[in-house]
Amino acid sequence: MDIFNAIIQVLDSTIRLSVPLLLACLAGLYSERAGIFDIGLEGKMLVGAFAGASAAAVFHSALIGLGTAILISVAFALVHGFASITHRGNQIVSGVAINFIAAGSTIILGQAWFQQGGRTPALQPGERFAAITWPGADAIKDVPIIGPIYAELISGHSILVYFAFAMVPFTWWVLFRTRFGLRMRAVGENPAAVDTAGISVAWLRYRALICTGILTGVAGAYLSMVQNGGFVKDMTAGKGYIALAALIFAKWKPVNAMFACLLFGFLDAASIRLQGSPLPLVGKVPAQFMQALPYVLTVILLAGFIGKAIPPRAGGVPYVKER
Amino acid sequence: MSTPYAKLPAWADYGLIPLINLSVAFIVAGFVVMLVGENPFRAAVILVEGAFGKGTGVAFTLFYATTFIFTGLSVAVAAHCSLFNIGTEGQAYIGGLGIALVCLSFDSVLPWWVIFPIAIVAASAFGALWGLIPAYLQAKRGSHIVITTIMFNFIAASVMVYLLVGPLKPAGSQAPQTRNFLAGAELPKLNWMIELFGAKIRSAPLNICFLLALVMAFLVWLLIWRTKLGYEMRTYGHSSKAARYAGISETRIIITAMMVSGALAGMMALNPVMGDQHNVAIDFVSGAGFVGIAVALMGRLHPVGIVLAAILFGMLYQGGAELAFEMPAISRDMIVIIQGLVILFAGALEHMFRPYIQALFASVSPKSVGMQAVNGKGA
Repeated sequence: MDIFNAIIQVLDSTIRLSVPLLLACLAGLYSERAGIFDIGLEGKMLVGAFAGASAAAVFHSALIGLGTAILISVAFALVHGFASITHRGNQIVSGVAINFIAAGSTIILGQAWFQQGGRTPALQPGERFAAITWPGADAIKDVPIIGPIYAELISGHSILVYFAFAMVPFTWWVLFRTRFGLRMRAVGENPAAVDTAGISVAWLRYRALICTGILTGVAGAYLSMVQNGGFVKDMTAGKGYIALAALIFAKWKPVNAMFACLLFGFLDAASIRLQGSPLPLVGKVPAQFMQALPYVLTVILLAGFIGKAIPPRAGGVPYVKER
Repeated sequence: MSTPYAKLPAWADYGLIPLINLSVAFIVAGFVVMLVGENPFRAAVILVEGAFGKGTGVAFTLFYATTFIFTGLSVAVAAHCSLFNIGTEGQAYIGGLGIALVCLSFDSVLPWWVIFPIAIVAASAFGALWGLIPAYLQAKRGSHIVITTIMFNFIAASVMVYLLVGPLKPAGSQAPQTRNFLAGAELPKLNWMIELFGAKIRSAPLNICFLLALVMAFLVWLLIWRTKLGYEMRTYGHSSKAARYAGISETRIIITAMMVSGALAGMMALNPVMGDQHNVAIDFVSGAGFVGIAVALMGRLHPVGIVLAAILFGMLYQGGAELAFEMPAISRDMIVIIQGLVILFAGALEHMFRPYIQALFASVSPKSVGMQAVNGKGA
């Protein structure tokens, strides 16, 4: 029973840790499917986390916090669009710039506004998204096997967790069952064809980037308002890049993205749980090895040793109407 | 990539446009300073005085500039080959490992002038090796260099943390770093150079790596513009198709460019490790690799431009430290914002003002933009 409980606990933290990855990964999916590389997921999450926690602390409302997070994150996404769509700048360079501006400004503004060494004030219960207990979770808790699964894994998360997982089928539906999704995929593969059909390439790509901004905003809000009770400097700590890795790992598909994020979340959860205790067969595994594993796996995948990751064809290439 | 823009006179292309982009970046940074509630003009004065006001300040500025010359050159060499090497950070970190191994083995037996060349070789070899794998994967398996180098940054960080809290940490120590090197692995300072100009220096870490950086800048210029290999690299950077037609081996070019880039990144570690800290500690690179991106873009990938841009960023780092002291609301992280803005305006938005400037040139003197008559079709 102890092992079972331990597994439930690890899976529970897997869910919690993979939610920000999943949101950022789906965010990246929208922009990359539309042909815009986005290295700036990390930065957009960071400003989202900062804006969310600041607004929630000032206005004492979790919803206002979430709204602000989305607003600011979308604004950064539009800067990326302005540089890479309107001015046909290098998308990677623009993404790198956004990451730096985000990293610097969140610390500077946080220190100037709240004077707590770059932190935002600790959020009170009403200013955070509370866990939702599903009906009957307490009653069924003591039933073996099913009880813990229902009470721990399915029930007891905040609304943003359910939102993240609901976004997976929703994104699939948007991408493969709507006109917008079809056009978005087309603009990522062959923008000239979309242009010939009389549809604005730029406006489509801008819309995709707005979707990206919304999702990274939610991801940031989750970090600072659910996982943590406030903003801490540099709190994304590379999650935007792991999400990027997960996106490649998922071959730019929404359902795969969920599994990739769950896998990377599980690796994270397992490395926290193990912390130096030996594994059967392999012995003691250094925590750093587990931390590096998502990156190593992605490199191996990219090298074509586990299937082949083929990015959207027009990714990273600015669209020029006439040559 | 072909730019859909008409030509400008060289001085406007290499002087005016970068200057305008840079000014816009600093104006926006000024707004951030105002948002924090400080006076941007006073901040600028403190910053410049902190960097160049005293001899010690100048020495610190040049010390930071040394680091950024290496990383800027590293990014630039890859960029000439149209490869975006974000992995400079990780390559420098691993370069530090090479230096640590050399210094820890030899610092008790050899003098610095023997250790230094060995360390240069080790640092560049380790850095080059860390650049080789992504290069090989790009050339042979088609995996995107940007993504692989990002992944390799994280892998490098994990490897170094593992080594620095484990095998490389001296027994009985708590700090995650190697033991301090003995005198044999300490590089001589260059403070006398500034004292020649009559300034007094208390203690500043400026060391002979500065000279090495200048030599490297010259060698990079030689490589890119005066050798066959450099010509091939630039050809490949302009058009990989044309390079293939000309019989240039794609694999060879990508791998050589990335190894040179990695080697330059690795050499960056010499400056803080052997010149200043005298040990290898966790995160000693602290973002210098990423500053290299800004420096390379601002220097327009030319060694002279890179040296100037590196000095500017050195000034920001040193002056920024003084600024944080005078204006508590502004910490050193202000530099990170400026860095981001420079990358945005000098890199991603580099063509934003070009059409306007072209229109201006076209209306003032049509010949300067290669047009016979002004017909408003400049851009």
